[in-house]
Amino acid sequence: MLRATLKSLLGRKLRLVLSGLAVVLGVMFVAGAFVVTDTLGRSFDQVFATAYATTDVGIKAKPKIAVSEMEGEQVDTPLPASVIDEVEKVDGVRSATGMVTEDGARVIGSDGKVVQSYGPPRLGNNWIGEDGQVQLREGRGPAKDDEIAVNAAVAKAAGIKVGDRVGVLTLQPKKTFTLVGVWGYPGDKDSIGGAQEVAFTTPVAQRLMLGQPGEYSMINVKVDQGQTPAGVRDRIAARLGSDYEVKTGQQLADDSAAGMKEVLSFFNKILLGFAGVALFVGVFLILNTFSIIVAQRTRELALMRALGASRRQVIGSVLLEAVVIGLIAAAVGLAAGIGVGAGLGYLFTQLADGLALAPIGVPLAAVLSSLIVGVVVTVVAAVLPALRASRIAPVAAMQDVATPDRPLTKVSVAGAIVGAAGATLLGIGLYGSGGLWLILGGVLVSFVGVALLTPLISRPVVSALGRLFSWSLPGRLGRLNSGRNPRRTAITAAALMVGIALVTGVTVVMNSAKTSLAAQAEDTVKAEIVIGGDQNGPRPPTFDDSVLAAARKVSGVRAAAGIWNDQAQVDGKLTYVNATDDLAKLSDAYGGPALATLRPDQVAVSTQEMADHGWQVGTALTVQLARGDQHRYTIASTYDEDALPGSYLLPAAATKDFGITQPVIGFVRLTDGTTVAQVLPQMKALVADSPEVSATDRTTYIQQQVGTFDTVITMVQVLLALAILIAVLGVVNTLALSVLERTRELGLLRAVGLGRGQTMRMVTVEAVVISVFGALLGVVVGAGLGAAVVRALNGEGIDQLVLPWGGMALYLVLAALVGVLAAVLPSIRAARINVLQAIAAE
Amino acid sequence: MIGTKALEPVAARAEEVWKVYGTGDARVVALRGVSASFGRGRFTAIMGPSGSGKSTLMHCLAGLDTVSRGTVHIGGTEVSGLNDKALTRLRRDRVGFIFQQFNLLPTLTAAENIRLPLDIAGRKPDQEWWDTVIKTVGLADRLSHRPSQLSGGQQQRVACARALMGRPDVIFADEPTGNLDSKSGAEVLSFLRSSVREHGQTIVMVTHDPVAASYTDRVIFLADGEVVQELDRPTPETVLEAMNTREVLV
Repeated sequence: MLRATLKSLLGRKLRLVLSGLAVVLGVMFVAGAFVVTDTLGRSFDQVFATAYATTDVGIKAKPKIAVSEMEGEQVDTPLPASVIDEVEKVDGVRSATGMVTEDGARVIGSDGKVVQSYGPPRLGNNWIGEDGQVQLREGRGPAKDDEIAVNAAVAKAAGIKVGDRVGVLTLQPKKTFTLVGVWGYPGDKDSIGGAQEVAFTTPVAQRLMLGQPGEYSMINVKVDQGQTPAGVRDRIAARLGSDYEVKTGQQLADDSAAGMKEVLSFFNKILLGFAGVALFVGVFLILNTFSIIVAQRTRELALMRALGASRRQVIGSVLLEAVVIGLIAAAVGLAAGIGVGAGLGYLFTQLADGLALAPIGVPLAAVLSSLIVGVVVTVVAAVLPALRASRIAPVAAMQDVATPDRPLTKVSVAGAIVGAAGATLLGIGLYGSGGLWLILGGVLVSFVGVALLTPLISRPVVSALGRLFSWSLPGRLGRLNSGRNPRRTAITAAALMVGIALVTGVTVVMNSAKTSLAAQAEDTVKAEIVIGGDQNGPRPPTFDDSVLAAARKVSGVRAAAGIWNDQAQVDGKLTYVNATDDLAKLSDAYGGPALATLRPDQVAVSTQEMADHGWQVGTALTVQLARGDQHRYTIASTYDEDALPGSYLLPAAATKDFGITQPVIGFVRLTDGTTVAQVLPQMKALVADSPEVSATDRTTYIQQQVGTFDTVITMVQVLLALAILIAVLGVVNTLALSVLERTRELGLLRAVGLGRGQTMRMVTVEAVVISVFGALLGVVVGAGLGAAVVRALNGEGIDQLVLPWGGMALYLVLAALVGVLAAVLPSIRAARINVLQAIAAE
Repeated sequence: MIGTKALEPVAARAEEVWKVYGTGDARVVALRGVSASFGRGRFTAIMGPSGSGKSTLMHCLAGLDTVSRGTVHIGGTEVSGLNDKALTRLRRDRVGFIFQQFNLLPTLTAAENIRLPLDIAGRKPDQEWWDTVIKTVGLADRLSHRPSQLSGGQQQRVACARALMGRPDVIFADEPTGNLDSKSGAEVLSFLRSSVREHGQTIVMVTHDPVAASYTDRVIFLADGEVVQELDRPTPETVLEAMNTREVLV
């Protein structure tokens, strides 16, 4: 039996390739996700090991607020210089150097634009001379207050050279320096992991990066010969007490890498999620392929039964075939996945300019998951066809059996039940407290339900679609062929449905959110001009608060106010807080309720937040900001959460303790009768020195902000492209096998005079009908899912349902195109059929 | 077209046709210089034992297979040397086929199957001729049925009607009764003969059944790729006798 199975498998290489390809692609995605995250993880290990290579022990003050890598940027608490003296007294310390190294030194390039970073920090340091890592390539270190040195990565990205005057944005507005030196790192590297670094003299670095003269971010300790870092660490820790974090260089590197890996593991989960969708679609394809194969092998299997093979052996034979295909496909997929992982890693290093990619590694998880996923998916998909194969009666070997069309009642009832179960899950997930997993589970189960109902739907719909092509004979024959095997057509179309439904669903939700939020913003925000920029790195773009004061003086301006943003602990809980320079002006400019300017110990809190915590006006809150000590603020006023930005508004005095001490957004409201055009040029001039932000009219600003939703749509489309590609393979597969199955029929048609072109058109119409049917299902199901989610989010402020008609029409057109493409090979095959052999074939 | 038909007394003709498959050790000579003419308005049977080359001859005559040497004409057209496109048109417009089995498209109704070659060509059936053919094959009440709802004999009559509908120069029938019981077979054969007698249709039929051959005007016997005997106005007895003689000779 084993021999027979393997022989029949090898005898049908095309079948092997087609059904294997879906598994290959899915496994490729899985393996690629593991490989890229593993490789990037090790790359970051290297980066942080290098970054802390010259540190035996590092000392930092406990951060005021602990923020993990996933939650945002943690702000260091500066150390006073006196700590250095303390540390130097500890036994085994050879040297203790105060270091300033903080994110947020943004260099303005020779083109007048801020040098961007898509992840790596832009560090502002104090110059402490060359060491094992920092090696000057040109010039010298900064010696005067108006001098800086930069690392080679900055010099290249900014297009600046020694001697140039260079603008740098820090905690303070743009300051101009003379570039006196450029440094690199061992191994001719321009940066450590893509980080941009600017070095000032120590006092300047303290003022610009920490805002605290005489203080440091960290103390870098080197230990005496014969001392272990750990031993010295423990002695320092004992001496300094619990206000300080004392760690060895190794620990610091590990901690940083661990934070990065948390992000990578999240990234990995997203990739695996999409791989899951691709494999889910792959199951449809494999199921279909095996069903067709079993149908074609009816005689062969019946003969085996007639010769004494048991049902179990027949099932075993089909499942064995699945295992073999699964294993081969998993192996190929793993190999391809390693390639994809390497490619993604390379892409990432290009994006995060300067990250040196560690050698590509293949983690055990990649190998195991590839093999398990490949085999399990294939076998699961083959179970139904295997059972069907075992039901073939031995007598079928002797008869010329046309596989009778089995009634669709059972499958339709099953579909209705499964679909209802899916909808219920989805409903509980959306409206109950079920959460994301219940929603996703509901969506998947609903897909299965719809897929089971598809054969029933396919009859009328396919027939109706096909009528579009019925004006020609090949078109009519193609239509009849596509309606011929409802199950096969349905499964093929259902596979396409999944990808398109998800894309459509996400687009519906995103577009609805975008439109709703934009409309609400237009309704609530009264400010005609907004000052702000696009955040495309970890740090939001900011501008100097003097801009706000200047804006108020411009004639035609009724009110102007800024917003500062950060994370803070309010009564011990981490939350986002805002501050404004003047609450009264903010209310006026933004269009909120009339509120009085806050005193330095007052805070305004949204009514919703107050209700959640049971607070009232007059309640005192303890707030710990990123810098400084805890503060007590009394709730002075309250507002509806939609009426003003954010849930907490702190007074101007608090902004000095924010991680970023400059405003991130400014609202400018004009007096009645003043037009935007009259004031906008002056506003633009005011922010000319803040190249990260611009002054725009309200609508432009809102559209820029909601543009994020378009990015999400694009990303989802890209990630689902694989699932759709697999579905397209499914169409190719179905057609190729149909052509094979209908060899004699094609021969007959050719014999009675159907031309090659007409034959190709016939196959193409079948493909187009199937793909358009799948896309139609996808668009309808996706719009339904999207609408359900939007309805459920009604309470969250998404109150408009926007169906992407244009996009949906585009999917249908693309599906037709995909059908034409999918038909290319099968139709050529059909047209090349040798008439005589086809007719003569048994 | 009608003009050439009238002038040309021969519907199909093979001259010195050789057909060789494979090369070297695997070389098989299926036809060794066969020459035969099939007169217009005549019903001819090609007979011979398995491997005699009778099917090959028919395939070559019908333009389904190419000849190794020699020429084949249908009407006034030389078939050998036509490209695929021209061959397709030839089959569509000037040749009709009836096969032993699998003659019909399962997705089409009987009527659609009958109209298929005309539809492919984009021609409309002549209503009078349509009625005549449908009446002769006796399928008037079965036209909207699909092949799976028809008996074997009915299916074969649909195939005959399809072949006739385009009024081709010649109809090639390959063992048309091979899969039918004797009663259905007789119906199909009578129908073929009447279409020759009444409508002047030319039919070439490959068969190994002496009774089937007796419906024809002439029988050509093939053995080992050569024409070995011809028999005019055959009866089952004379055919059988000829077959036995040949067997003895072999």
